[in-house]
Amino acid sequence: MAHAPLPIAPRGFGETMRTDAWWIQPLVVFLLLSTFIVYSTWAAFQNAHYAWGPYLSPFYSPELFGDSPHSWFGPKPGWWPAILPFSPALLILWAPGGFRFTCYYYRGAYYKAFWADPISCAVGEPRTSYRGEHSLPLILQNVHRFFLYIALVFLVFLSHDVWKAMWFTDAAGNVSFGIGVGTLVLATNTLLLGSYTLGCHSFRHMVGGILDRISERPLRKAAYDCSSCLNRVHMRFAWASLISVGFADLYVRLVSMGIWTDWRIL
Amino acid sequence: MATTTALPPTATFRVWRGEGAQAGFQDYTTPISDGMVVLDAVHGIQADQAHDLACRWNCKAGKCGSCSAEIDGKPRLMCMTRLNQLDLTKPVTVEPMRAFPHVRDLVTDVSWNYRVKQRIQKFTPRSPDAPDGTWRMQQADIDRVQEFRKCIECFLCQDTCHVLRDHMKHEEFIGPRFLTYVAALEMHPLDTADRTAELKQADGIGYCNITKCCTTVCPEGIHITDNAIIPLKERVADRFYDPLKALVRLVRGTPAK
Repeated sequence: MAHAPLPIAPRGFGETMRTDAWWIQPLVVFLLLSTFIVYSTWAAFQNAHYAWGPYLSPFYSPELFGDSPHSWFGPKPGWWPAILPFSPALLILWAPGGFRFTCYYYRGAYYKAFWADPISCAVGEPRTSYRGEHSLPLILQNVHRFFLYIALVFLVFLSHDVWKAMWFTDAAGNVSFGIGVGTLVLATNTLLLGSYTLGCHSFRHMVGGILDRISERPLRKAAYDCSSCLNRVHMRFAWASLISVGFADLYVRLVSMGIWTDWRIL
Repeated sequence: MATTTALPPTATFRVWRGEGAQAGFQDYTTPISDGMVVLDAVHGIQADQAHDLACRWNCKAGKCGSCSAEIDGKPRLMCMTRLNQLDLTKPVTVEPMRAFPHVRDLVTDVSWNYRVKQRIQKFTPRSPDAPDGTWRMQQADIDRVQEFRKCIECFLCQDTCHVLRDHMKHEEFIGPRFLTYVAALEMHPLDTADRTAELKQADGIGYCNITKCCTTVCPEGIHITDNAIIPLKERVADRFYDPLKALVRLVRGTPAK
């Protein structure tokens, strides 16, 4: 494919004839993602105030090892290297983190906001070299589907956490059904995470997108249609679930610290 | 973006004129009226002030894809950009598409696109379903492909794609228009050809980094990234980047497609 040199040279970084505020979107993405990364990293290293009563922060779920009653296998294992900081969140957060990092929507968003490649559509770029996802390291983004498989399992754990968040133990040790604001916070978060995960492009492909004659597989067609419906608003669920998961951790943390009071609705 | 309905009597258009290194912007102030689109204004300038102004157009209805340009920096069809959508208090810039070789004024040479299209593996239907040589398809199977067939080949998606526009990977990447074309063939219920290896290598699908600029500018509203490119990326991942699927194929002894 011979191609004559372009007489109109590519523009320099940030140069454009666009007259709208094109920089707002990448700036907002940069600020929101940075805030989330800083907060979630800080929260993950705390190893404290991640559980209260029947509530468990989603950053710490599943709690494989830890000191709360939610722990599956007891406290911090003896084999954990002493020089490494320990937190139950550090054992599991790589999975949802990897799922979001390799998500098709987030990729497009952070390539713009963090790497200016491009910073916005039809706006000049800072670099002339470009490899995209055609070669290392970004070709590794193809691992997304494997993070999806793990994220689907995590949805089961988080749903179980919501179920557990409906059973409160009183001072006498009696367990009774109830719904607190925290229950609603965890349930909303799980609902949003589920909508984000089930609208994932890889999930959509897996359940039906791979088929060219999907009408022959009615169940998969129904799943594909549902996933496509969620996929159309994937960006919104990506942000809503990001905010909700951070807020759910903050809620449990502040209730655990005694700063907020968890109101019982039922 | 201004949305005023009462237009001023005149507006200034900053139009890209000339060819080669001598080309640059030139301002024209021209009468305007309600209901006008940018192409009307360009034709007005052509008629009254710059008879040699070169621009490509045909249907004036957003269906031929000829009048693609960059208006106030955004790739758009001149015939579908109404003046009341623009901020007329400042000169409106009208430029040719930047991803293709410039010919003169607002005209670019888009022939590279036709050469790319020629080398994509053609539609290869299975044997006819009926003795009269016809096929049977379900609407549910063809829905996905029909979206892609709305494409009018205006090449605005190619123009805004930074892989072509800024990095000039024309030799290695076929661009969103032709990834959509491949998707229309590859997902067709009757097609039997396998373009997955072609997608990875010759078509360079890995260069797409999913910024969705192509989807944003598509005048037909085709969800290029979500419905064409990403599903194709997933098919490439199935074939080349999924060891579990490779193992299943090995155990079953099934071919890749």
